[in-house]
Amino acid sequence: MTATTLQPRTRAVRAEGGLAGTGTLLKMWLRRDRVMMPSWIYVLTALVASTVYSFKNGYDSPASLESFARGIDGNPSMRALYGPVLNDHTAAGVSAWRVGTTGAALTAVMCVLLVVRHTRAEEETGRLELVGAAAVGRRAPLAAALATAVTAAATAASLAAIVMLLFGLPAAGSVAFGLSWFGAGLVFAGVAAVTAQLAETSRLANGLAFAVLAAAYLVRGVADAGSAHWVSWLSPIGWAQRVRPHAGEHWAVLLLPLLAFAVLVAAAYLLAGRRDLGAGIIAPSPGPARAAASLRGPLALAWRLQRGSLLGWSVAFLVYGLAIGGVADGVGDLVNGSDAVLDDIRKMGGQQDLADAFLATAMGLMALFTSAYAVQSVLRMRAEESGGRLEPVLAAAVGRTRWAVAGLAVTVAGTVALLGASGLAVGLVHGARSHDLGGQLPRQLGAALVQLPAVWVVAAVTALIFGLLPRAASAGWGVLAACLLLGQVGPLLKLPQAVMDVSPFTHTPKLPGGGFDVLPVAALTAVAVAVAAVALLGFRRRDIG
Amino acid sequence: MTDAVRADGLVKTFGRTRALDGLDLRVASGEVHGFLGPNGAGKSTTVRVLLGLMRADAGTAALLGGDPWRDATALHRRLAYVPGDVTLWPNLSGGEVIDLLGRLRGGLDDRRRADLLDRFELDPKKRGRAYSKGNRQKVALVAAFASDAELLILDEPTSGLDPLMEEAFQECVREERRAGRTVLLSSHLLSEVEALCDRVTIIRKGRTVETGTLTELRHLTRTSIRAELAGPPDGVPLPGAHDVRIEGDTISFEVETAQLDAALRQLTEIGVRSLTSRPPTLEELFLRHYEDDHGGRALQEGGVA
Repeated sequence: MTATTLQPRTRAVRAEGGLAGTGTLLKMWLRRDRVMMPSWIYVLTALVASTVYSFKNGYDSPASLESFARGIDGNPSMRALYGPVLNDHTAAGVSAWRVGTTGAALTAVMCVLLVVRHTRAEEETGRLELVGAAAVGRRAPLAAALATAVTAAATAASLAAIVMLLFGLPAAGSVAFGLSWFGAGLVFAGVAAVTAQLAETSRLANGLAFAVLAAAYLVRGVADAGSAHWVSWLSPIGWAQRVRPHAGEHWAVLLLPLLAFAVLVAAAYLLAGRRDLGAGIIAPSPGPARAAASLRGPLALAWRLQRGSLLGWSVAFLVYGLAIGGVADGVGDLVNGSDAVLDDIRKMGGQQDLADAFLATAMGLMALFTSAYAVQSVLRMRAEESGGRLEPVLAAAVGRTRWAVAGLAVTVAGTVALLGASGLAVGLVHGARSHDLGGQLPRQLGAALVQLPAVWVVAAVTALIFGLLPRAASAGWGVLAACLLLGQVGPLLKLPQAVMDVSPFTHTPKLPGGGFDVLPVAALTAVAVAVAAVALLGFRRRDIG
Repeated sequence: MTDAVRADGLVKTFGRTRALDGLDLRVASGEVHGFLGPNGAGKSTTVRVLLGLMRADAGTAALLGGDPWRDATALHRRLAYVPGDVTLWPNLSGGEVIDLLGRLRGGLDDRRRADLLDRFELDPKKRGRAYSKGNRQKVALVAAFASDAELLILDEPTSGLDPLMEEAFQECVREERRAGRTVLLSSHLLSEVEALCDRVTIIRKGRTVETGTLTELRHLTRTSIRAELAGPPDGVPLPGAHDVRIEGDTISFEVETAQLDAALRQLTEIGVRSLTSRPPTLEELFLRHYEDDHGGRALQEGGVA
């Protein structure tokens, strides 16, 4: 009886080439991502909308737009950051330049996170084993994860194109723009599919994929800043530019990401066939049989758990600081006579001196990145709790306050390390290039460190949610996203000051170059401490689990 | 004899579910106390309240003479805990976790640690993520048994262990008892509890339904018998037998322990070809309680008062 009812099902699994159940998994993944995916797509769409809006309304004549674009394009550092301006005559062309590269990179990040989340992370937690035991083909989980990422990338790309169309930009360029993002998403979904086979942990899989993305962005940046433009063809992010949306579209370039996607997915399946469930191609090393003498308290534990990720962040910040310091000195020479640029940069930084204004903007950006570190670091506490690893620690003779303070201490130390490292890097390089090491080193270090209190406020608010409403703790990301949107889009939309004041970053002194005021710095620090204290109080009183 | 654990009328609700509904528990110092109940009965919630990880909505609890919520840190120095679902830090090796948990408590016996690693056949160099469920449990067990705690709280500690390791575990618990320590052993395996525990508390749906020594609770245990006989067993009188099922020459039934001897005698009269006997799991006992609930009858005659 049982055998006969089972037979058709087995046959169906074989007939579909190991892809049986892909549809079911896809539906399940889309349901699991019902908050994460729309948030990403919303941010990407908002980025396009605010950029197009500001360029359509910010420049009254084609001439002012052109002089702005020319000024930017003459500057290697800006080309390194955003790529070359391919069409400086229209708001469409300049908008595509301004968000094209960053948007493509962000779409890539989204796709990496989605693919790893539904492949390696599922395997790591053992859930995939459960799924694999059901009537699901061997190839289905990866296929479903890729389909999830492709769906997300396609939706973001379509909405980006639609937003451009709604603003009245040319149809061909808008579609090409969307497709250029989609292409970047495809390639990095493929990259993540491969790294998920290589690494045994989702963290390493993400890290490897992001390293490829960073390399792609860097290669393109170097190519665009210098003279060897062909090098940019080596970078999938470079391909997104070379589709030339709103600048005489090159549709054939879109074949490159398609081809890369096909090759990467084939490679991923090949690798998947050579490994066991749960294992990676890169074998992990065994650990020590005894704990080091230093591993003896909650602080040592928190440090041990986070030092690896902090090291990765530090390297990224150091590179960023070196790059920013390297190009800052050139900013002033290259935009001479372009009032629009001056004006635009003043809008962001509020300063006269261009190098300073550029650096102040870069420091503001570093503060946001540091906040991202801080949020994920605070959320480690929640991960410890929901993962069941907090319980045995608190069941040992560790008080709740002591444990939480240890976690927050690592977060605070990490933020100081990151901003300190990048500030030092900026000061060293910029000081050397402007022949004023003694002056610039403390100046840039100070400018970086003055960002800390606002970062701490974001960290403290995340801790507060963790302390009071642990299940909602990941809303800390929402707090950061709100600050990011306010800071980036607020000035362009000319939002009222009272709204802008909600973001702690609004109150950070614009350094280097601006005036330093102790009051906002002290006030932000006080707010952070007070909020963290309430967070601890809440954490002391609630149930664990 | 003082009580190491004392809980009276504990109530804990999560939203609409009432995880604990007036639970009472007493564990005397120096005894191994079985804490029994089916999944979802409230065992782990009780343990979490006793550890000060959760606060009960009503009722009182005392642990080693202190308040589990207020004096948590001081009390935890004197106890060791093994959670039912052990998760380890993926990057830390098993050896590191054992040392860390020991140090967080305030010390661990190195010689005993080495001895336990040996007995549980645990490789301390593996990373947390590489251990199977059973091996993760062994890590937590070694950390607990290598401590010099007065009280061990073990929450279903053997659900992933194979029979050999189960034996090693039982030996460790016996050593703890000989050393005069108190053990609260939450479990749903009646055989394990029978082998180890002096006294037992049985809970269901967040309430204590039975508590006492095993002899006192003996009336709850029945043995399942399945026998292949030399001839058809029709018409054999089986005193104290329940759920009798006959298929050809094979008979299966459950019999109260006091009547086991008489029942077996009846079977040997016909001639026994093969025989399997098995004490019922607690789940089966509770299932019977549930069936009775649904049947609208009171609990079994001679059962729970």
